[in-house]
Amino acid sequence: MSREPDARGLRPEARGTAESRATSHESPFLVATGIRKRFGAVEANRNANLEVARGEIHALVGENGAGKSTLMRILAGLHDPDGGTVTLDGRDVTGWNTRQAIDAGVGMVHQHFMLVPTLTVAENLVLGQEPRAGIRLDRAAAAAEVEALGRATGLVVAPNRLVSDLSVGEAQRVEVLKVLWRGAKLLILDEPTAVLSPPEVKDLWQVLRRLTSEGSTVVLITHKLDEVMEISDTVTVMRNGETIGRVATRDASPAAIAKMMVGRDVVLAGTDRPDAIGQRTEDLPSHGNSMGSDSIEHDLSGGEKSSVQSHLTPLSVLSVRDLNVPSGLGEHAVRGVSFEIRPGEIFGIAGVEGNGQSELVEAIAGLRTVSSGSIVLGTRDITVLDVRMRGDAGLSHIPEDRHRRGLVLDYPLEDNFILGRQHHFTRRGVLDRRAITANGADLVKSYDVRPPDARLPAGALSGGNQQKVVIAREMGREFSVLLASQPTRGVDVGAIEFIHAQIRAAAASGRGVLLVSADLVEVLALANRIAVMYDGRFACVLPRSEASPEVLGPYMTGLAGKVA
Amino acid sequence: MTSRVDAGRFATTWLAPIIALLIAAIVGDVLILTFGQSPGAVYRLLLEGTWGNAYGFGQVLYKATTLTFTGLSVALGLRAGLFNIGAEGQLAAGGFAAAIAGLLLPAGTPVLLAAPFCMLAAFAGGGVVGAVPGALKARFGASEVIVTIMLNFIVLAFLNWIVATKLHVGESLHTPPINAGTLPRLSDVAHSFHGSAANATIILAIATAVAVGWFLFRTRAGYDLRATGLQPDAAEYGGISVPREHFRALTLAGALAGLGGVNYVLGYKQYYEEGFAAGSGFLGIAVALVGRNHPAGVPLAALLFATISQGGLAVNAIVPKQMVEVLTAVVIIAVAVTVPEVQRLVGAARRRVAA
Repeated sequence: MSREPDARGLRPEARGTAESRATSHESPFLVATGIRKRFGAVEANRNANLEVARGEIHALVGENGAGKSTLMRILAGLHDPDGGTVTLDGRDVTGWNTRQAIDAGVGMVHQHFMLVPTLTVAENLVLGQEPRAGIRLDRAAAAAEVEALGRATGLVVAPNRLVSDLSVGEAQRVEVLKVLWRGAKLLILDEPTAVLSPPEVKDLWQVLRRLTSEGSTVVLITHKLDEVMEISDTVTVMRNGETIGRVATRDASPAAIAKMMVGRDVVLAGTDRPDAIGQRTEDLPSHGNSMGSDSIEHDLSGGEKSSVQSHLTPLSVLSVRDLNVPSGLGEHAVRGVSFEIRPGEIFGIAGVEGNGQSELVEAIAGLRTVSSGSIVLGTRDITVLDVRMRGDAGLSHIPEDRHRRGLVLDYPLEDNFILGRQHHFTRRGVLDRRAITANGADLVKSYDVRPPDARLPAGALSGGNQQKVVIAREMGREFSVLLASQPTRGVDVGAIEFIHAQIRAAAASGRGVLLVSADLVEVLALANRIAVMYDGRFACVLPRSEASPEVLGPYMTGLAGKVA
Repeated sequence: MTSRVDAGRFATTWLAPIIALLIAAIVGDVLILTFGQSPGAVYRLLLEGTWGNAYGFGQVLYKATTLTFTGLSVALGLRAGLFNIGAEGQLAAGGFAAAIAGLLLPAGTPVLLAAPFCMLAAFAGGGVVGAVPGALKARFGASEVIVTIMLNFIVLAFLNWIVATKLHVGESLHTPPINAGTLPRLSDVAHSFHGSAANATIILAIATAVAVGWFLFRTRAGYDLRATGLQPDAAEYGGISVPREHFRALTLAGALAGLGGVNYVLGYKQYYEEGFAAGSGFLGIAVALVGRNHPAGVPLAALLFATISQGGLAVNAIVPKQMVEVLTAVVIIAVAVTVPEVQRLVGAARRRVAA
């Protein structure tokens, strides 16, 4: 394991160094035509087409469940299509397996990292094709190969570090390296930026550009339109398992692509391209959204009296003082965090995931014990109250992981609508079915949950509609503070619009909102004040007018900002 | 749409056990053929010896009664996400407590007073045994599987020690008979059941199944318990204390198994005897599995396993009795295999309906 000088030297054929391709024909590199794929009764791909030219960065966009990942998995040999053909370089490769795909130079970087955390970078890379010295793994050779490949591609990661010690951005680089090491000429990346900070995203773009300039081809799955505009050469849009269209990026506008994705006009409101909409000024993005706004007014008018309570309650609705939250043995995930949220304010916390945001929110919600500090809701100290009492005191919580925390997936919607409020739907220990059903029908209707049947199990709904269920439960009742953690994660464009409108409406009616999101664009679009969390502390707290991706980026990576 | 969804639910619930039974029947055919017998003849004999005459049917009912209690016990635990392997010991403890209660009562206590008292004792006796793994789970996170398995040995050995040293009746392994609380037998009502052990505990079993169903699906405690079993993190988010639910569930599961002791002690022999619970606890796991952890499914599954068990005696003349034990095992394996598979298929269909 010692850093033996590169005695063995680099293997001349260091695999995957994207050797530039010989003659590039005019014919497309990869063509998928009329792909059909059905899982049980679900038709994931109906008529999916894709045409990728050699050396381009091709963006594949679509809402959740549009069938993007299924199509990519077919291309990478993970699934057999039920119909249609796939050709690579003019060769029919329909229904190949992963081994054949890898041998032909098609590699996929999955959304969830597939690395062994207890092994080093080099060990992870060579896993399955280890260079050997006798029967032992030749670690030095592996490390040298990895280093050479890293230099050649610009993906620099120390080969002898443990994967468990890497940042998310570095781990992703290792994933890309792994695919390249296997000799990939066509890289498929499934939502690679979901976990990256802005500077890391920039790095990734540089790597991808470099790879394509050296002859590799990249297919990028994403649902972020700003990424599409920034990096891709061509865009293919999918909807409902079908390919809707294919355009050259320079001929397309974000609005046009969004329309193709959703099938109707979408008000982007800064969710996808802040600079395209002109929403970068300090004032809040304006109220009027096309859908959902009328239903919100119905719901919230019953809640509190009016929104003109700023004179009456000048104090904060939520005040957190010197909060320390333990994570594991002796470690603190949140260290001395203090902040206040005023009525009508949306306080945004940005930052790369894993810097204590989740622990902070869970501590406020009562799901985690704090080691010191205080949490005051309105005038009431709730630091030691249990979850239910906090809810009754006026705290609503949209948890970051709706599948794990926010919903009981096997429960019907109407039962999910009372989760956390069971005691309000109970008489002498017996569930008040009539009230539960009425409540369910009511919320399904006013929050436009589809399909509108409160007896369906929550697991049967799409991601966007599941999130609507959580939001309906948490916002369709009286509350003074809303904790919204990753409220639009994995949710399609139409539902994002709706959720943002709901959050704005909550603030507009005098409630306080704590918004935590890994999506910087979302925080910038919604929040009045923005904190960046890094390593358990607030690296900075800025009013919206002073915040921009460029300003916040260095704080997110810990390059700028000591705790104030 | 609603009706299709309901149809989907029906299919997930009942299709899998039915397919499993068909598989078991086919394997059974092959087994019977290896003994050189005709499957048709063996199955006919099996049915005649069980559902075909009053005595056999009575025995089936008697066995199904005990299995209903242990099956409900395991099912309730599984609803909370816990594997109660301790129904055997809980059943024994319940029976023992009922016997003690019956011994303490003065002779001649009216049955309407004595029987509920003994039942309460059985319920409490099983509950105490269930509370031990419950408390250890809630307080220390100890695996309920390990604790309940080991507790079986401890409880059974402890009860045997008491019977052998304190409550011994000469040259036997049972306690003296109870003074009061004896339940009427089925043969007291319909004479053709003469000789079978079936007794009024059947009514208690059905009432208990109904009560468990009401508890699980109609009360807030049941809502909390099921949420804990399905998604503990979501339950915690919903203000439910997961450790408290674990304690409650295991205690109640123990109490349900304990109540099963009534069948033997009050309904059949009027005393506690070593080994009366043997096998019933473990078979309860199979009953819960085949009964889909549903209070309506459990009694039916109990009838099924009771039939196979009693049928083993009936066909003993032409094939070895052990064949039915193999058959029982095949049913369990077939259920374990088909349930997730069928569920996946039906679940996918349901999702499409919803989409």
